Parts: sequence; structure tokens; C-alpha cells
Amino acid sequence: MDFSLDKKHALAQQLFKEFAEKEVKPNAQETDETEVFPRANVEKMAKAGFFGITVPKEYGGQGCDPLTYVMAVEEMSKVCGTTGVILSAHSSLCVDPILFWGTEEQKKKYLPDLASGKKLGAFGLTEPGAGTDAQGCQTKAVEDGDSWVLNGSKCFITNGKEAEIYCIIAITDIVEGKRGPQKKFSMFIVEKGTPGFTFGTKEKKMGIRGSSTYELIFQDCRIPKENMLGARGKGFNQAMHTLDGGRIGIAAQALGLGEGAIDCCVNFVKERKQFGKSISAFQNTQFQLADMATRMEAAKHLVYAAAYAKSTKPVYSVEAAKAKLFAAEAAMDVTTKAVQLMGGYGYMRDYDVERMMRDAKITEIYEGTSEVQRMVISGALLK
Amino acid sequence: MNIIVCIKQVPDTAGGVVFNPDGTLNRGAMLTIMNPDDKAGLEAALRLKDQYGAHVTVVTMGLPKAEDVLREAMAMGADEGVLITDRVLGGADTWATSSTIAAGIRNLDYDLIITGRQAIDGDTAQVGPQIAEHLDIPVISYAEEIKLDGDYIIVKRQYEDRYHEVKAKLPCLITALAELNEPRYMTPGGIFDAYDEKKVTVWGRADLKDLDDANIGLNGSPTKIAKASDKVRKGAGEKKADLDPQGACDYIMGKLTEKHVI
Repeated sequence: MDFSLDKKHALAQQLFKEFAEKEVKPNAQETDETEVFPRANVEKMAKAGFFGITVPKEYGGQGCDPLTYVMAVEEMSKVCGTTGVILSAHSSLCVDPILFWGTEEQKKKYLPDLASGKKLGAFGLTEPGAGTDAQGCQTKAVEDGDSWVLNGSKCFITNGKEAEIYCIIAITDIVEGKRGPQKKFSMFIVEKGTPGFTFGTKEKKMGIRGSSTYELIFQDCRIPKENMLGARGKGFNQAMHTLDGGRIGIAAQALGLGEGAIDCCVNFVKERKQFGKSISAFQNTQFQLADMATRMEAAKHLVYAAAYAKSTKPVYSVEAAKAKLFAAEAAMDVTTKAVQLMGGYGYMRDYDVERMMRDAKITEIYEGTSEVQRMVISGALLK
Repeated sequence: MNIIVCIKQVPDTAGGVVFNPDGTLNRGAMLTIMNPDDKAGLEAALRLKDQYGAHVTVVTMGLPKAEDVLREAMAMGADEGVLITDRVLGGADTWATSSTIAAGIRNLDYDLIITGRQAIDGDTAQVGPQIAEHLDIPVISYAEEIKLDGDYIIVKRQYEDRYHEVKAKLPCLITALAELNEPRYMTPGGIFDAYDEKKVTVWGRADLKDLDDANIGLNGSPTKIAKASDKVRKGAGEKKADLDPQGACDYIMGKLTEKHVI
């Protein structure tokens, strides 16, 4: 069993590293400070083909595998968590469901612009009253002639307002189940600019501050019937499957944040002198760094294994949950330790690690909290 | 149009430099990159391909691992690669290298050949023009800008304080400067194609025609390296803290005159 990357993936990693260092890193701090969506990064990534990494060539994509995509998110996140999540949400949460459940017509209509990055994608499941309890969603879609009419709202939507294409979950039917009435959800493609589709307030966040997080509001929003994505009533399962993929992307983001913090920290401790010697000469620094590097290496194996599972297995919920759980908690721990090792400097906004620590926290929360991941993993063990 | 771009895998200046006992570079032991001038030459070829349509072949001579730099070039958009590699070709100086590469190019169809001005390891700037001499075609060096005009190529050639606009009939050879352009990134799909779809042809000594054994490898190299070493650290400079501004100027001017700098 060979754990090293083959030449193809090693070259892709080299590309993402070089791109991140040259194009993304220089404006990461400003992106965080100003909370302005990094449009320039998006345009450069679009030109480089990063928004269609796993999209087949016939739809204008790059025709690569999930591991390549995961490495892209990892390398962007090493230098800028915001840029990492823009790429992840677009690819995992909008491109993937269209690829999985789109009709040939839908694929031809939406994928080329998404793959080229001409249009950005987003996904709407979470609502003010429905986070982990996704079944609590209230947004409804009612059939009316040759349209569906959407009413309701979605919150905390990544790439909100910046995206052009949204995959939205809404209730389409209520059926009588064993335990009373049961909601049936469906997934829809909604385009920005559709009458009745507007944006609420922009969220102010602790981290990933350049990422555009908005409320989506649907008021008698009429969309064509052919915009239903997948089968009627299957939306909840589709959403869960989409999130399995999304979790691998977020796990890659967490992985990058942790690795990025180690890179910063290693450079710092070699230069910082206390008591007449570099702080890297102290055993506490050495042991902390050893633990940090070991945790991130373990996270990397889980994340890459989950990406591999996505390319080889129809269901990869447990692999994705383990990768996200471990990588997110490792990222939080490692970025916190990096700040501690760097002391007062680490706490200052002039150094990248304080931003990485704030960015890391969200990876334990969005696209399924660490607690949800534990439910998924234990659920599979105890079934 | 068929364009050949000659590229070289060179040591990454960010890594260390390792020498063989005979003074030549131990290329196998060093981190490598595509030579920057060559990368600009490749980008120029790819832009001509985007604009006019062309088949771009990248050619390199080196160790078997030089295949990596061909794959990188193909990931940027080159159509195919040719690797010239053979133990008997090792240790070549510019004469032996240009003789060998020219022999390889004789096996290919070409309208335009682009090389980098010079490689960051040897810094000779000789191989490109020598290839043109071997092939008996015109050469335009130090290209800042390249335009195609029917059967002709028009090149802005860099000079110290000006440029020359030079026109040549194809086929011809151009040497490119890193300043010529900003090379594009590889694309992820391009990388997959470079490994899964595109072809690297490997040629050894036996595949090279019209090439005299007296002109190849270390034995065919008229240049002999007497000694090679890492950069030697210079001694500390002279410090003068006791001068007023006028005195400091006079002192510096005096030193510069003394050393015949001015």
C-alpha cells in the first residue's frame, strides 16, 4: 500500500500550492480585515479552471477526481480560509447535486458556466428554525400550472448574493406516515434574479469573514417546473448525500487551516528569541509542534481517504463524517496551539495564526457539527 | 503551424546546489523547475497557438526525470513532448548540447523554434543560437514581443536602451526573455491530460541522425570545467561613521575613482 501521491496528483498539488502562495496569500489578511468578498481570487481561480475540477470535460470541466478537488481546497485554505470555503461550497454543494441528479438538459444548461467559474453556486438547506434538525425546514414549494412557487427563507448561506445558481431544499408534500404527517422535500435549482428571490442581511462572522453569508428570502418565487433537481420527495436524502460530499470539502478546509498554522508557527519559533535562544530550542515548543504535525498528518490521511472513497463508493457518509470530525477538531486544536506558541504576537492581527484560529472554529460547526458527525459515525456502528 | 519549444529542467534556486566531483552539476540530487526564460518561450508558443492555431512540441535533453518538466509543459497546453536521454550524452557543454538537440529537431517538422535566452544554471545563452546554426536557419535572440505576419515572424529584440524590430522568414529560431510574458498556470485538467492522454517520445543516441560521436557528451565538449564552487561570502564592508554628509560624498567618490568605477 503506497501512501505517496502519484505524479499526476503531486503536480496538481504543486500547481495549487504555487497559485495559493502567489495569488491568494497576499490579500488574505485584507480580505479578513475588510470582510469584502475576494472577487479577484474568484476570477483568478475561474481562469485556472478550479471551479470545475470534478466536472467532466463534456460539460466544460476539468475531468479530475475528488482527491484533486480536495487538494485545491486544502492549499487555498492553507493561506486563506475564506477562499477555501468559496471553492468548497460552490463545488460540493451546487455543482455536485447537479452532476448527481441533474437531467441531461439541466447539466448542459448549468454546468458549463459553473465549471468555468462564470457563475458561482450555492446551496440552501439551513433555516432559522432548522439547523442540525434539518427536518424542521419550513420553506415550501407549491405546484402551480407549469411552475413551482417557493415561499420561505434560508439562512447562513455561503456564497449568498455572490452566487448565480442556488440548489434549494423545500417541502413539496405532506404524507401520512406511521407517526403522523411527514414532510417530503424536493431540491430545486433557483437562479439569481428570479422575481420573488431576494437577499436578507449579510451575516457578521467570527471567521471566514470575506465569505459572503446571507439570508435568502423567497416570496411567491415562481420557478419553472423543469428546475426540480432529482425526484419529487427525494430532496432530504439528496441533501444528506450532498452534505456527505460537502463535509469532505470542509474537512479539506480544516486540514489546510491546521497545516497553514503550522507553517507560520515553524517560521516564527525559529526566529523568536527568549532567554538568549530561539524558542524552537525549547522542548515545549518542539513537543507541541510534534503533536500538531502528527494530528494534521492523521487528518490528511482521513481526508484523502474520504476523497478516495467518494471516487470509488456510492455511499461514503461515514468516511466523510470521520474526516470532517477529526480534521475540524484537529484544526481548532492546532491553530489554538499555534497562537499559544507565538504568544502575544500570535494574538495580534498582524500574524496569520489568529485569523486561522477564528476561521478554524466554523469547521466544527457548518455542514454538520462535530456532534452530528459523531451521530453519523456511531449510527453506522450501532445499526 | 508546428512550433518546437526547447525547455530545460534546472535546479530550483530555492534548493541547494550539488556538484559532481568533476565540477558538473549533480542534477539528480537537486530540486528542479522549468527554466524561467524557457517557460516564457513556451507561453509565447501557446499564445501563438491560441491566436493562430498550432501544434506545440516541447523538447528537452536530460536525465530520465526530465520527463517531469515535459509533463508540466503539456499541462500548460503543449501537445506533445520529446525527451532526449542517453548516458553517452551526459556531461555535455553548449556545443555538444546544441549538436544533440539540433539532431533531435531534424526528426521533427517545424516552422518556428523557440528557446529561452539562457538557463539559470549555466547562464551561457549559447544553446539557442547554436541550434539555429546547426539547422542553418535565422535566429532572433532576446525577444520581448512576437508577432506572426504570414510566413514571417516579427520580433521586438531587446537592447540595453532600445529595441530592434526584426523580421525573419519562417522557419526561424527565437530566444525568449522571461520578461516576454507572464506564463499561464497549468490547469488541473491539463495535468490529467498530460499524464493520461498526451505522449512523451523518448529518443536515445541511436534515434539521432546526422550526429557525429565527436560532438556529443562530455568527450564531445570543448569546454572543460576547471573548478566549480558555491558562491563565496564576501568580506565585511568598510564602515566610516565619523564623516559629515559632504565628507561622506567625497570619500565615496574618491573610492569609486580609485577603483576606476567612474
